[in-house]
Amino acid sequence: MSDYISHDHEHDGIDRRGFLQCMAWAGTGLLWTISGGVLASRTLAEIAKAGGSLPAATDLSFLQISDSHIGFSKEANKDVTETFKIALDRINAMPTPPAFLIHTGDITQLSKPEEFDTFDEVLKSCRTKDVFYVPGEHDVLNDGGKLYRDRYLKSVEAKGSGWYSFNKNGVHFIGLVNVLNLQAGGLGQLGDDQLEWLEDDVKGLGADTPIVVFAHIPLWAVYPQWGWGTSDSERALGYLKRFGSVTVLNGHIHQVLQKVEGNVTFHTAMSTAFPQPAPGTAPSPGPMKVPAEQLRSLLGLTNVQYKQGKSALAVVDSNLS
Amino acid sequence: MITLISKNKMAALLCGIVFLNLSLLAFAGEMKDAGTSAHENQIEIKDFAFNPKTLTVKSGEKVTWINRDEEPHTIVSVEKQFKKSTALDTDQEFTITAGAPGTYNYFCSVHPKMTGTIVVEK
Repeated sequence: MSDYISHDHEHDGIDRRGFLQCMAWAGTGLLWTISGGVLASRTLAEIAKAGGSLPAATDLSFLQISDSHIGFSKEANKDVTETFKIALDRINAMPTPPAFLIHTGDITQLSKPEEFDTFDEVLKSCRTKDVFYVPGEHDVLNDGGKLYRDRYLKSVEAKGSGWYSFNKNGVHFIGLVNVLNLQAGGLGQLGDDQLEWLEDDVKGLGADTPIVVFAHIPLWAVYPQWGWGTSDSERALGYLKRFGSVTVLNGHIHQVLQKVEGNVTFHTAMSTAFPQPAPGTAPSPGPMKVPAEQLRSLLGLTNVQYKQGKSALAVVDSNLS
Repeated sequence: MITLISKNKMAALLCGIVFLNLSLLAFAGEMKDAGTSAHENQIEIKDFAFNPKTLTVKSGEKVTWINRDEEPHTIVSVEKQFKKSTALDTDQEFTITAGAPGTYNYFCSVHPKMTGTIVVEK
């Protein structure tokens, strides 16, 4: 699928598909508004233009980057290393640097050591040095994730195939792995061992502890026909039901989608490499080719802010154009 | 016990050797096809699907998958009846030789919604 106009009957530069896509994005904006305070929509550029720092009362600000796919060089983006660099430049340009980055997987295209090397080398230009990772299916292709784990879990106490948790500013962060041991015909999967660990991990926490869960494949049924969901995510969310604020950050689908369900806000991030089609709008979820001048508007990163005393976190997406 | 001989033609670390190997195989294949009735048992991977989804072959015949997507895919036997492929990038191939008669279900371990079946006949 592409964003080229295929049926321009009114000669107004928009066809039915384009119009529906616009509406889909407008709908996303509306959702942000009605969820009042849960999500705010301000781009990094706007924050930078305001000239000052981030709102003074912001106690914690971190950044989510996702799906850098280093090594991909097809038509949808022949230079993913460059767009990854641009994303890092945006982070470096923020008046107040984020406390840390979260990378929600698909660091590489093919799990090759040289792809990981390139990623690590480029990442050195980022002013923010702390990065927390979860793997995407592209990072664990041929070795069950060994290479990934050797490189990216040094600063955490990872369990099993690489899941872990940590605390920052009173917020409890949980990094989950749902791209390994996938079953024929199924979706993303956490597995019994990880779920038991999760139940135990949050047991001692007060219900007022803000929770941030991050994993590669969405932890909600975005579009199971394309495998965009996690088969046992309901069980995971069951353990988090009693908490007043749960923010779930995912990648994998290369576009911003969100859903608010009770106290849980689900959010998917843009890729820094290439866009993917909206659910069901193409024969398959493969890389979406768009005109070169549109590409950067469909790539981006996500800023998340936690303000002490407010239970909900503000999740702000911005593109690279 | 059912056995299938597998060979991933695109083992990345052995590029040079594999290149030579490939040419030999191709050569051998041509020679063989010239003398016997040709069986082109190819499964194309396109738009996150195996085409054909079910393929019937005779025991001893080769089956080759070729990836036409811009996404890597794998071929993994559900019941571990044959050795799994490494991740196939665009236009890369994976070939097995069909073993004992039976039904062999397989899937892509990267995109497990993708499933297919090889039926091996005597």
